[in-house]
Amino acid sequence: MSARFSPPELAGTDFEHPLLEVSLGPHHPSTHGVFRMDAALDGETVVKLKPVFGYLHRNHEKIAEKCSYLGSMPFTDRLDYMCSLTNNWGYALAVEKLTGLAVPERAEYIRVILGELTRLINHSAVVGFLLQDMGAMGTPLMYAFREREKILDLFESLTGARMMCNYMRFGGCRCDLPPGWIGQARGVAAKFPLFLDEFEALLTGNEILKARTEGVGVLTPELAVNAGVTGPMLRASGVNYDIRKVDAYGVYGRMDFRVPLGERGDVFDRYMIRILEMRESLKILDQALRDIPDGPILNLNAKLRNLRPKPGEAYGRIEGPKGELGFYLISDGGPNPYRYRVRPPSLINLTVLEDMCLGQTIADAVVILGSVDIVLGEVDR
Amino acid sequence: MNGAGIIKGLVETARNFAGSYHDRERLTTVQYPEETLPPVENARTLPFLVYDGGDAMAGLRCTACMICEKECPPQCIYIIKDQARKPDYMGKMQLQPKVFDIDMSVCMSCGICVEVCPFDAIKMDQVFELSTDDRFAGLLFDNEKLARPNEYFRQLHKTEASEVDARREEEKRKAAAKAAAKPPLPGGVK
Amino acid sequence: MSGADQIFVWIGHEAAGWAPAPAQPLVSAILAIAGIMAVFGACFALTTVAERKILGRMQNRFGPNRVGPYGLFQPLADGVKMLTKEDIVPFSADKTLHFLAPLVLTVPVWLAFAVLPFGRNMSALDLDCGVLFFFAIGSASELAVFMAGWSSQNKYSLVGAMRAIAQMISYEVPLVLSTVPVLMLAGSLSLNGIVAAQGSHTIGGLARWNVFTPWGLAGLLLFLIAATAESNRSPFDLPEGESEIIAGYLTEYSGFKYALFFLGEYLGLFAVTGLAVTLFLGGWHAPFQWLEWAPSWLWFGAKFSVLIFLFIWARATLPRLRLDQLLNFSWRFLAPLSLINLAVAAAWHWTGAWESAAAAPVRWLLCAALIALPAHWLGRALRGRLPPPRKYRYAE
Repeated sequence: MSARFSPPELAGTDFEHPLLEVSLGPHHPSTHGVFRMDAALDGETVVKLKPVFGYLHRNHEKIAEKCSYLGSMPFTDRLDYMCSLTNNWGYALAVEKLTGLAVPERAEYIRVILGELTRLINHSAVVGFLLQDMGAMGTPLMYAFREREKILDLFESLTGARMMCNYMRFGGCRCDLPPGWIGQARGVAAKFPLFLDEFEALLTGNEILKARTEGVGVLTPELAVNAGVTGPMLRASGVNYDIRKVDAYGVYGRMDFRVPLGERGDVFDRYMIRILEMRESLKILDQALRDIPDGPILNLNAKLRNLRPKPGEAYGRIEGPKGELGFYLISDGGPNPYRYRVRPPSLINLTVLEDMCLGQTIADAVVILGSVDIVLGEVDR
Repeated sequence: MNGAGIIKGLVETARNFAGSYHDRERLTTVQYPEETLPPVENARTLPFLVYDGGDAMAGLRCTACMICEKECPPQCIYIIKDQARKPDYMGKMQLQPKVFDIDMSVCMSCGICVEVCPFDAIKMDQVFELSTDDRFAGLLFDNEKLARPNEYFRQLHKTEASEVDARREEEKRKAAAKAAAKPPLPGGVK
Repeated sequence: MSGADQIFVWIGHEAAGWAPAPAQPLVSAILAIAGIMAVFGACFALTTVAERKILGRMQNRFGPNRVGPYGLFQPLADGVKMLTKEDIVPFSADKTLHFLAPLVLTVPVWLAFAVLPFGRNMSALDLDCGVLFFFAIGSASELAVFMAGWSSQNKYSLVGAMRAIAQMISYEVPLVLSTVPVLMLAGSLSLNGIVAAQGSHTIGGLARWNVFTPWGLAGLLLFLIAATAESNRSPFDLPEGESEIIAGYLTEYSGFKYALFFLGEYLGLFAVTGLAVTLFLGGWHAPFQWLEWAPSWLWFGAKFSVLIFLFIWARATLPRLRLDQLLNFSWRFLAPLSLINLAVAAAWHWTGAWESAAAAPVRWLLCAALIALPAHWLGRALRGRLPPPRKYRYAE
């Protein structure tokens, strides 16, 4: 049951001024999953907003305590179901830290290629959905999904599945690239900038888009850093923090790319940062596809079954498309982890939703939610 | 100019509209079920059991080692061993499964059962048109429903099947060469 | 000129001839009404399919194409669906108003079709004050929106209805004001008279449509923008398609009443499109004199279809405006611009002596500047003082 909001102090006024309570309920036309916002409105302005989630809780962390380490890997696909490969990578990183396994170079390059492809599909879908929420009747969404399909076809020919890839293993990758895959990937990466140019021609200069997103949902850098916000939301507020540069995990240390930073931290900045990040991802893709060496794709000491890491703990994190995705594992020497914890970027980014929405109208609250880029699978696990 | 962005957007949509009549790139719909996408070799949907030869139950490669049942993340495989043994492709006597059920409504197509199977007995199929109106038993596949011949496996996953077949042939050849190279024991005893 | 052009008039005459003499005016009126309802009912069905297919093509997909060839029987399927749905009326709703609202929307809109001239001698009612009648009737249908929102006893519906009313009333002003130059220069409120005033031809056989003048072009653009807002179409469809208030004033309607609301909205769109064609695009005249051999109702239909395509195109491309931005746009941009358009039309009229070939471009450019410059300044004022263009720096 939702909590009742207490009305503001009336302090001797002559007439009542009650707040209109609106529940943008779990069944939402423009939601990103089953998510609810309890808002108190003064006319059209949002006075209080409480996000309510948990409708998609699936006991992911508890299941991992009963499954073996390998058995948890398919479940990580289903966390942020738009970006399954980066979830796999985060988990594989954590277990590799726990067990001390090294990853061969070819596998690292494959991981980078797939990670950047995942970033492309996530950002194009997010921009499409943001415009859909703004009422653009699905046209940018359809264009974005047309490009996404090409990348999903690449995933299918490599990993066997379009979305639930289950591809990374502890110490490398599950199977090697089929012949011709690199050529196909190069073809996709060559056509993507044209799509981005068309997309920007449709959207970036559009006066209506600018009017709806400029100055809306401003997030100050201080608040972002204090709240633990990460990912494109943080960089749109101007804070320079990209885990690919900070940790330089995988072979990102060898890649030449820039990190775009926003100025004002409003919805337009977040949209623009995602477009710029897509362009940088294409640069990384070109370099990785050019430089990928031959060799083994799995560490020879890697064990599939009966992996029993020594007792200890590890935290593996990656720069996922939505933010810092982290996996914290405590092992007690058995085949199952003692504690398995996911740091969901969408959930942590959601905690500042109220601060961003205060003083805006209710129509803006929907647009702001779209720019936070949540996936309920990750928020609720 | 004031409305420039809107006009650029209108030009973009008009270009897609005109392009949809002659450019395949601008109209990417595949009209299922009249048209289907070409099959992808590595694609996986649900598992099946491989058998060699003509008789499905006699030729099943599965030896009921229970590894796939143990490793399956959603625990959708249910195996009961049959104590009667049968020879495998190398002539060694192996156990076989009396009951091998997979609940396809629980299976999440992760392919871990395929990865861990030491006998190349279970592989991933590519069927997805499995709708049934029987809610419980309709998607519970037993040995017979799961069994598919090796030719089917080769047709679906050419590379993998030829690699598996080559390996098994190599092992048979090596075993035969070893048996031929052994001197016969005295007294005609083998 | 005759034959194909006057075929419907001829059919009407012959059919009315069968009736006894005192009943003939009544029968011919009924025939005209039946004809209009049949044609525009079919047009409504066709437009729903065409909209979905055009929207689909612009989004790189087919529209509906399973029901009938190219999906043309889709409206039949939709009709069956709407008719067989359960008609739910909320328990606490005001039953009479809830029932009457779709009717109050649809009936005045049908009335508005009576004055439009669809071809030579083809208007059902030739009123001397046709334009006045049209706008009066059109405004009457706005009451239905509020009736729907109020009678539903639902706070979301009420909020949606109030927003819809605010939008519709605000956009009435530019809608009507943008047509005043046409009336001034044609000298008549009768729609047939306005079409006749666009019937002469100038150099090269180009017809003197109002849209070929600067004030006519500006007037058409203003009229079309205001018409989009009046019909609650994207980018002004905040009252109806909004994500947070579900369906606004339409929330509590289901089944056939919902279908009636949509019929009323689309018919309203057709009526204002017909008016735009009549006032600005020369009605049933051909664009060039040597094209006058084609039937006049075909020309009307062709221009009508082009404008409908423009509406669908705008819907596919543009996101929605927020309510305060919508109202600002109307009051601070469209309304002043339509007033300035009056002055431009007057300037055009006073420089009528510059028709000679040498001075005509000067006249055109002068009047165009008279409207374009205020448009530019008003646009700047609407956007307010913009922050400097954003630069995205890259971290070092």
